[in-house]
Amino acid sequence: MELIELHGIEKTYQMGDIFVPVLKGISLTIRQGELIALTGSSGSGKSTLMNILGCLDRPTAGEYWLEGQETSRLSSDERALLRNRKLGFVFQSFNLLSRTSAIENVAMPLSYAAENLSDSEARGRAAEMLGRVGLADRLDHYPSQLSGGQQQRVAIARALINRPPVLFADEPTGNLDSRTSEEVLQMFELLNSEDGITIIMVTHDPKVAGHAKRVIRLDDGLILGDVPAAEPDSEAPGGVS
Amino acid sequence: MRVYATARTAFKALRRNPMRAMLTTLGIVIGVGAVIAMMEIGAGSSSSLKKTIASMGANVLVVRPGTASSGGISFGVGTSTTLTPEDNQAILRECPAIHNAAPIVRARTQVVYGNRNWVPNTMYGTTPAFLDVQDWSILAEGEPFSDRDVLNGNRVCLLGQTLVRELFEGASPVGKEIRIKNISFRVIGVLTPKGANMMGQDQDDVILAPWTTIKYRVTGSSLSTTNQSASTAAATSDTVNTLSNLYPAAQISLYPERSSVQQADNPMPVRFANIESIMAAANNAGEISLAIEQMTALLRERHHLRADEPDDFSIRDMAELTKTLSTTTTLMTNLLLTVAMISLVVGGVGIMNIMLVSVTERTREIGLRMAVGARGKDILQQFLVEAVVLCLTGGAMGIVLGHGGSLLVQLLLKWPVETSPAAIAAAVLVSAGVGIIFGFYPAWKASRFDPIEALRFE
Repeated sequence: MELIELHGIEKTYQMGDIFVPVLKGISLTIRQGELIALTGSSGSGKSTLMNILGCLDRPTAGEYWLEGQETSRLSSDERALLRNRKLGFVFQSFNLLSRTSAIENVAMPLSYAAENLSDSEARGRAAEMLGRVGLADRLDHYPSQLSGGQQQRVAIARALINRPPVLFADEPTGNLDSRTSEEVLQMFELLNSEDGITIIMVTHDPKVAGHAKRVIRLDDGLILGDVPAAEPDSEAPGGVS
Repeated sequence: MRVYATARTAFKALRRNPMRAMLTTLGIVIGVGAVIAMMEIGAGSSSSLKKTIASMGANVLVVRPGTASSGGISFGVGTSTTLTPEDNQAILRECPAIHNAAPIVRARTQVVYGNRNWVPNTMYGTTPAFLDVQDWSILAEGEPFSDRDVLNGNRVCLLGQTLVRELFEGASPVGKEIRIKNISFRVIGVLTPKGANMMGQDQDDVILAPWTTIKYRVTGSSLSTTNQSASTAAATSDTVNTLSNLYPAAQISLYPERSSVQQADNPMPVRFANIESIMAAANNAGEISLAIEQMTALLRERHHLRADEPDDFSIRDMAELTKTLSTTTTLMTNLLLTVAMISLVVGGVGIMNIMLVSVTERTREIGLRMAVGARGKDILQQFLVEAVVLCLTGGAMGIVLGHGGSLLVQLLLKWPVETSPAAIAAAVLVSAGVGIIFGFYPAWKASRFDPIEALRFE
């Protein structure tokens, strides 16, 4: 059983009387433990594809199998549950809750989890996660007291708190300078190689895509190229550790 | 656990912007505070108003004998002679709803002291119980006459302030002798001033004496003269009324008139002492109808009336006063309720306004929470709880503020204040209700957000 299988995914937006097709039939398979970059020029449909992969949106047509479950016909509440259990999200602008400490930010998704953790258990798990991303000494700092890279690492810890098999990153380095970008990308590679978490990054930056083991290029709603384990790209500085 | 966690999340969210939360809830604070203060001050003044109206005689009942008629002409209430002092004593003894009762005999005649004279508006022969019934027990001077004075028919009296002014020119009358119909009375006390009553009559233009003295010494009524008004009325109608031929009013005397010598030699014994009315006070205004019932049953039994016979007496209460009492209280309550509703609606609209702003402002947070697995109802719950927490906090502060305010009013203005636990409980319930009602729309709006749109929101 593959982790993710897409069969002929189409997405059409309706603007007044005009139908705008964004995805025009995408089929692909993603296995457990892959590190994928989803690239393409703006308007190519990569964000839309990620929203569908992340169960934030439903395709107009086609099938989306996640761990053997057909998700494209689920209700919004069922998709919320799925996102909570199986998917993690990291955003370009971090989206941390201001005036809320790092540990509380990380523990936030636990309050929507089906399993009812006690307060101390939740804090324990959040502290452990922050330790994994190297912020064990920043538990009670507020986002405004953290650097951009540290904030993104808090966001990563938050995405992983429910131990999902898949992590989505939407332009994770868009708001970071090159040095902290590198830190974050190394963190992704570490999580991918050590914990076997499948990571799907959306980026237009070839340097970021260079860290991926597989690059999927989208153009005008179709897959233009699917390069598995692009060896030549590994010449990028600070490759797979 | 879940609710507790949600409440804590709400608290944290509010603490992120304490100033705004304060200002938002100010409407509720002021609303609830005003309601509590108004309720407490209102309850205090309403009960003191009740006391004042009660002291005006709201729980006083007047029993008068029924009508006498002669030759088809009825003479109106109070003309028959069915009430006795024994009726008064029986009422005192057997009606538990009656607090006190006094018999009344009236006279209207000239009072003389030295070279001054005056005809008092009210000259009552009664018992000491009258002062209690009229809430007049505290005298300005001297002391009231006793039951012994009543039994002996002693010539003592109490004067109202107007008489003191007219006869004594303000000097103390206690111990002085005044003359009523050439009978000298010793003034033993002076009543406190009461002013005019609701009809505009001077209540201080009064003289009180034992009813036995007034009846037997002043009006000089005995069996032969008791129905004075009936016989005089009949006599006048003889000459004026043309119907007198059809209905002859003149009574046929069966026995020859006794000469004055005969009367002096053999005074007719008074077997039957009637009184003009009984003034009774119910225990409180609420027991008036019960008191009327008890007195009616008792008097019907004492007067040997059959079931199909009408009452030979009538009982009147101060219906107007009682009505005033109840309308005042209802008016007060309704006024307070209206003020409460308006202020709480205003406060609620404030809450809704700020919650809408807050939802818009936190669109990205909502999107994020949805992305990590919050369902629509989780978001709804979160914002609803936030609104309720806001309102309850405001309500609690309002209770403290209102209670403090009413205590301050009591302290500074000496207004009567009554703490009302019901008002506090209502305030808590209402503020939670306002939170739910006015918090629902913003929360519902938040729960309907599309996570993608919300995350993209700038």
